[in-house]
Amino acid sequence: MSGAVPAAPVVFDAQGLDALIAALADAGREVFGPVRRDGAVVYEEVASSADFPKGWIDEQSGGHYRLRQEGEAYFGATLGPQGWKRILHPPKQTLWRTEGTGEETKIIREPLDETRRAFIGARACDLAAIAAQDRVLIEGPYRDPHYAARRANLFIVAVNCTRSADTCFCTSMNTGPKATKGYDIALTELDGGRFLAEAASDEGLALLATLPTRPATTDDESAAEAGIDRARDQQRRIDTEGLPALLKERPDHPRWSEVAQRCLNCANCTMVCPTCFCTTVDEVTSLDGPETERVNSWASCFTVDFSHVHGGAVRPGAKSRYRQWMTHKLATWVDQFGEMGCVGCGRCISWCPVGIDITEEAAALRKEGG
Amino acid sequence: MHAPDPHTDPMVPVIARVTGRTRELSDVVTFEMEVEGWPGFAPGQFNMLSVFGVGEIPISISGPVSDTTRIIHTIRDVGPVSHALAALSPGAVLGLRGPYGAPWPVQAARGRDVVVIAGGLGLAPVRPILYELMENRDAYGKVTLLYGARSPAEILFEKELGDWRSRLDMGVEVTVDRATNAWHGHVGVVTALLRGADFTPANTTAFVCGPEIMMRFGADGLTDLGVAATDIHLSMERNMQCGIGLCGHCQLGPVFVCKDGPVFDWATMKPLMRIKEL
Ligand SMILES: Cc1cc2nc3c(=O)[nH]c(=O)nc-3n(C[C@H](O)[C@H](O)[C@H](O)COP(=O)(O)OP(=O)(O)OC[C@H]3O[C@@H](n4cnc5c(N)ncnc54)[C@H](O)[C@@H]3O)c2cc1C
Ligand code: SF4
Ligand code: SF4
Ligand code: FES
Repeated sequence: MSGAVPAAPVVFDAQGLDALIAALADAGREVFGPVRRDGAVVYEEVASSADFPKGWIDEQSGGHYRLRQEGEAYFGATLGPQGWKRILHPPKQTLWRTEGTGEETKIIREPLDETRRAFIGARACDLAAIAAQDRVLIEGPYRDPHYAARRANLFIVAVNCTRSADTCFCTSMNTGPKATKGYDIALTELDGGRFLAEAASDEGLALLATLPTRPATTDDESAAEAGIDRARDQQRRIDTEGLPALLKERPDHPRWSEVAQRCLNCANCTMVCPTCFCTTVDEVTSLDGPETERVNSWASCFTVDFSHVHGGAVRPGAKSRYRQWMTHKLATWVDQFGEMGCVGCGRCISWCPVGIDITEEAAALRKEGG
Repeated sequence: MHAPDPHTDPMVPVIARVTGRTRELSDVVTFEMEVEGWPGFAPGQFNMLSVFGVGEIPISISGPVSDTTRIIHTIRDVGPVSHALAALSPGAVLGLRGPYGAPWPVQAARGRDVVVIAGGLGLAPVRPILYELMENRDAYGKVTLLYGARSPAEILFEKELGDWRSRLDMGVEVTVDRATNAWHGHVGVVTALLRGADFTPANTTAFVCGPEIMMRFGADGLTDLGVAATDIHLSMERNMQCGIGLCGHCQLGPVFVCKDGPVFDWATMKPLMRIKEL
């Protein structure tokens, strides 16, 4: 995604969308995009534009997610529960296994997954989340080679949001609703199943050139901008000004205990969070042989085990575990990686079974506690 | 720093071979091991040790830096992996990744007085400091080791402590929490020994390792005597799944204990250790 010369935007219709999917598949890529499954939008392999949830939109609020039919848009439904991390940083990753025993033990590393993939429909907040995971898993002193391999073989078609869910706050987090980096092609859906497309990489540019398109008019461009502005206006806000310092200075604010009363410690928020990267290594022993396998799985700071050391957990209390999650997202991530670990996607709000809302909690923590 | 080659895999260990085993205490064993291509280490660094079929845990290196072939680890049997490690005998193979972590800044203390305070098994991670001090004794000012154990039966490296204690160029004091009839030494917390120790606070570097509560009292005691917070170093312990900044478990507020530490100065740790359950 380097050396990109921004080319003039073009417009294509549903046929162009199918041609885009076909071209990516012809280039040897597995193409993933939003599909409707079990009442939610998830990212799965798609064969054509018919797989997209055309004519469906989402309703989201604290502890609530529902799809309903409205309009004709392909990308009307915003974010489902799963981020793209399910593919790039999967819930389970074998690291290595042994062969032989005793003196003869050999360590066999798990081959890298070098599948060429394309994502269609990544939103601006999710691009920011992928960039955040890149910083942790690729750009640190040591890298996760499995993640790095999947990332290196990825082509991204972003979709700018022209509609936000009630739970979205990417504008406050400065990540959206318009994609500004981290993609090969960005689409903005216009009325009548048409798309305004812009390339940001050489590969994206070359690909667009093979599609049936026409140059975008200024009307197309202003329609796209108007859609994005509409999405921006539909959002909730979080005041991030001075928030990192404030959260770190208030580890004993009464609000932490108050939210701990409501929190079930179910870890849903960390599982649906597209930036949460934590993992635990487990030993898997086969029943029929001496071989063993080391498997890395998603972990959550909401569990007591997460902070286990000999003598007991560092964070036995629900208060300190909620505090770890929220302070990590909005404060200490800045110390660690130079920016916040929250991209404003709002998934943690919708998928919290008791509707705990990080934007509301942040606002409450701003008020002096008594 | 690893080259950005997607084919290097820092989570995959190399095979290590146990070449020696010494029982220290009823539940503590010291191992010598070897791996091909061992790059050497700095005092305070740790390895991730794997027992195949059981699991992997972080263990500090307790031997001298000058020994470039043998890797020395002192392990307390407290749970599944440390138990399986402690049971290994010479010839056994295990997995090893490392060395990792920010070391004790020992060489930076040359020309200064050095105070080492250790509690319990915390003597193992500071032992490489003591070897460096002994090997280059003239490079340092006054050297003090204060060590606390729960009981006389739990004093680690007892013979070596005796050797160090008989040296004229080093002050060594040992205390126990609970004495027996045969014990004629100090009784009480290790930090109480600070008052009798001979060092010039303004020109002292301190290395403190042990249970968190003991490190807090140690650092506070040193501060009260006038040692600068940036000259007091502690080694922190947190759950570690990766040791290299990828798994998130070792977070302590803004820092990752594995890659930013485990050794931190008191100026960094004091505000963090004050917060309960951080
Ligand atoms: C930087 C560092 C250096 C250390 N150096 C030494 C040393 O020199 N000698 C020594 O005896 N011990 C040392 N420890 C402590 C040692 O790592 C724990 O005692 C060990 O992990 C316990 O694992 P276990 O399976 O035996 O027992 P349990 O306490 O039952 O642990 C269960 C599981 O928790 C996980 N775990 C991960 N990190 C830790 C942790 N820090 N403490 C406890 N569990 C953990 C492991 O998967 C472990 O198997 C060190 C710890 C750290 C962080
Ligand atoms: S919030 Fe918790 S699970 Fe998520 S990245 Fe931070 S420590 Fe890990
Ligand atoms: S999803 Fe809600 S209830 Fe579950 S751990 Fe997160 S904040 Fe707590
Ligand atoms: S031990 Fe995994 S991040 Fe520190």
